[in-house]
Amino acid sequence: MSIVGKSEIRVDAYDKATGRTKYYEDRMPPDALYVRIRHSEIAHGIVRSVDTTEAEKIKGVVKVLTCFDAPEIDFPTAGHPWSMDPEHQDVADRRLLNTHVRYYGDDVAVVIAEDEVAAMQGVRAIKVEYDPLPFVLDPQKAMEDGAPQLHEAYEHNILKHTSIRKGDYENAIRESGLIRVEGWYETPTVQHCHIENHGCFAYEENGRITVVSSTQIPHIVRRVVGQAIGRPWADVQIIKPYIGGGFGNKQDALYEPLCAWCSTQVGGRPVRIDCSREETFVSNRVRHAIRFHITSWIRKDGSMAARKVDLFSNQGAYASHGHSIVAKAMGSFPQLYPCDNMECDAYTVYTNLPAAGAMRGYGMPQASFANDSNIEECAHAIGMDPVEYRNRYIMPQGFEDGFSKNVNYYDSHRECLEKGKELIDYDRKVREFANDKGPIRRGIGCASFWYNTAVWPIALETSSNRMLLNLDGTVTMQCGETEIGQGADTAFSQMAAEAIGLKSYRDVHVVSCQDTDVTPTGLGAYASRQTYVAGFSIRQTAELLKQKIFAYANKLTRQSVDNMEVRDGNVVRKSDGKVLISLSELAMTAQYNQQDSEHITAESTFTIKNNAYSFGCTFAEVEVDIPMCKVTVKNIVNVHDCGNLINPALAEAQVHGGMSMAIGYGLSEQLLFDPKTGRPLNNNLLDYKLSTVLDHPDLEAAFIENPEPTSVFGTKALGEPPACSGAPAIRNAIYNATGVALYKLPMNPHNLFAAFTEAGLIRDPWQEG
Amino acid sequence: MSQYKLIRCTINGKEVERMIDVRASLTDLLRNDFHLTSVKKGCEVGECGACNVLIDGECYNSCIYLAAWADGKNIRTLESLTGPNGELSDIQQAFLEEAAIQCGFCTPGFIMTAVEILETGKLYTRDELRKLLSGHLCRCTGYENILNAVEKTMKRRLGMPTE
Repeated sequence: MSIVGKSEIRVDAYDKATGRTKYYEDRMPPDALYVRIRHSEIAHGIVRSVDTTEAEKIKGVVKVLTCFDAPEIDFPTAGHPWSMDPEHQDVADRRLLNTHVRYYGDDVAVVIAEDEVAAMQGVRAIKVEYDPLPFVLDPQKAMEDGAPQLHEAYEHNILKHTSIRKGDYENAIRESGLIRVEGWYETPTVQHCHIENHGCFAYEENGRITVVSSTQIPHIVRRVVGQAIGRPWADVQIIKPYIGGGFGNKQDALYEPLCAWCSTQVGGRPVRIDCSREETFVSNRVRHAIRFHITSWIRKDGSMAARKVDLFSNQGAYASHGHSIVAKAMGSFPQLYPCDNMECDAYTVYTNLPAAGAMRGYGMPQASFANDSNIEECAHAIGMDPVEYRNRYIMPQGFEDGFSKNVNYYDSHRECLEKGKELIDYDRKVREFANDKGPIRRGIGCASFWYNTAVWPIALETSSNRMLLNLDGTVTMQCGETEIGQGADTAFSQMAAEAIGLKSYRDVHVVSCQDTDVTPTGLGAYASRQTYVAGFSIRQTAELLKQKIFAYANKLTRQSVDNMEVRDGNVVRKSDGKVLISLSELAMTAQYNQQDSEHITAESTFTIKNNAYSFGCTFAEVEVDIPMCKVTVKNIVNVHDCGNLINPALAEAQVHGGMSMAIGYGLSEQLLFDPKTGRPLNNNLLDYKLSTVLDHPDLEAAFIENPEPTSVFGTKALGEPPACSGAPAIRNAIYNATGVALYKLPMNPHNLFAAFTEAGLIRDPWQEG
Repeated sequence: MSQYKLIRCTINGKEVERMIDVRASLTDLLRNDFHLTSVKKGCEVGECGACNVLIDGECYNSCIYLAAWADGKNIRTLESLTGPNGELSDIQQAFLEEAAIQCGFCTPGFIMTAVEILETGKLYTRDELRKLLSGHLCRCTGYENILNAVEKTMKRRLGMPTE
């Protein structure tokens, strides 16, 4: 392979560096009307009335629509492939506008106006009267008898409860001499914070409706818009331009259905919805806050005799991706540190908070924090070095998961741990830091993570691809997998150039913009699946394209198709390498041949019936200022086995971004809500502490390239994995530095103050009186 | 006070005049009237840095800078860096080569702050560069390669080795 595996410059980098790349707002029709949303100002209640009189009087206001005007259609929003089995379809609990408001920020009414100022004035002029209901913000409180009920069909607000039973837990814990290592681990609500807020615009054309949206999943959004507004799915066209990041928030139908409906209410005129940052934080999606209760029973040698894990996932007000996130989190426990006797129970529970959906890692940053914190305590309990403990008890080579059929073909975990250890100079630092006894102490820690690539066998995995041979011998390619900033288009270009036999990845023109009217159906960017799944359809379609090329070349050269291959953009005779015809000459001849004209194209769909493990770890070195309750990350290294790298420079960049997100998750990020009202308190980028460049040390990414046997290009998940193990590695480094085990993210001064006070490291004069 | 006002300013080297809504931000003016799409909106309250432009050589979040204040000013956006035949400036090229671009939404703002830094002609330490770039938020890159691109361009301009 010569093109795959090289650090090529991104295909979209030039346009992005010059500012000419068009995002949804840069494609806005100049006559688009502004839709602005009136959000609920209570956490739970019934809308008694909406008075639109004053709003309608405002100059420029075209129409005001309320929850009493919206169709009574319940629809699902999750960016999952449709399931033909009703049992496996996503929960349809959403309406365009709501009379029963379930969180502070729910959608009650909209104002459609000629300009933004009028739309916003209109929103303020609407008078909403509510019958407030009691509300609940905590998942375990929401499960109690008598708790406020959010959705009628879900008793005790439990959206779903699933379990894992393995061996005999109750019997196993009777073994004598077991050490019990127990803890509650708590993760916060955080938000994706892509720099481009979600937005979209919609209009009708020839009786059909078009939505141009900042989304990761155009084909899925087409289905959801059709469902939500009660139109045949094929009546809907979704266009996805370049987007300014997504991280899972845009793996959901957000405001596309409402935008489409608003257009239909003003005669199909173009309308736009542009979320403000404040709305993005609250009225899009957030990461599930999950609380874990882990009880591990270990023997004196550290081996795990039995383990019990309870997971309580805060779903917020609507199902969105629902239970699949905590189910994935739970599924990692029996695999990452295998144990013969396990009882796991996962609950997804509705509360009166913003709806939680997909976010980079899909439950794994949460699970990794809980699991690798508990594992760290297990190591401490028997006095074993934590890396050594992991090396002994982490998923071994050859481990096979019965459900996904995934196999740990190599000794990935241990290889990653060993490399991480070496890169951060672990052994020396452990010895050196042990001497720190003063107010400022250094520490080092690590954490591993478990991840899957793609969603098979839980859901459909499919990838479609179309290739057109251009007259200059280049190839135009369309795929349903989307570029959302991660560099997918570049990886696809490299894979296609390699599979066809072109000279350069620049000879493949990926049509970056998906248009569901013309783009072959694909499912979009999620589950770290795209490079893996697109690989199958790219290879298959390239083979079909080459068959057509060879068939035409045979007519022109009379050489055997079996003795042909494409090399550097030419059809060559395999046996001696002689150039038979260049692709450009072949394409020109085929296109303009008066007797036998052919536009050489190929298209195919590949159904993927595989999945692949993707593993790695983080090592972090911290300096803890105990009196200041402040943690500084001094060094951090991520090591990944994501198979073969398609583009090492982009892979490294992808890891940096995930590490940054993990540092924020560990140390500073948390969306706060007023416990008395459910009102969001810091839904802006000033008060929500996203890491800046000042909050990081240099980020180091390293790889173990074990080729994935199931993958065409030997590659597997890298999109989400970098965000998984950073927070627990920092947590374990703080533990190493101070001896204080932390159980709650973020590990900000506020939470450290409480923990250090409790541990007696600092004194709280106010408590002492 | 009238709601509209005539302003004259220089945008990317060209003298222009426009009637502006006194409530409009400079972001609105640049995007809507001059189609300078490099000026991005990420928060519209001066938190993220995506709308950053140079005004008389100094960086400002154009979302919290009124269009009315631009009267008499010299404004530069990312579009000004690209040559007449599409040639990239050194800092843009460095962003390409260092893989410092992902979704691209924060990129224009970062590059314009880099221009401000580079135009001082000073040598900054990596930590100083961090401080100078800290007014920008990026969720894709972890800032690592952005910092590398700026540092390398700074050193190249000063004739220093970059490795």
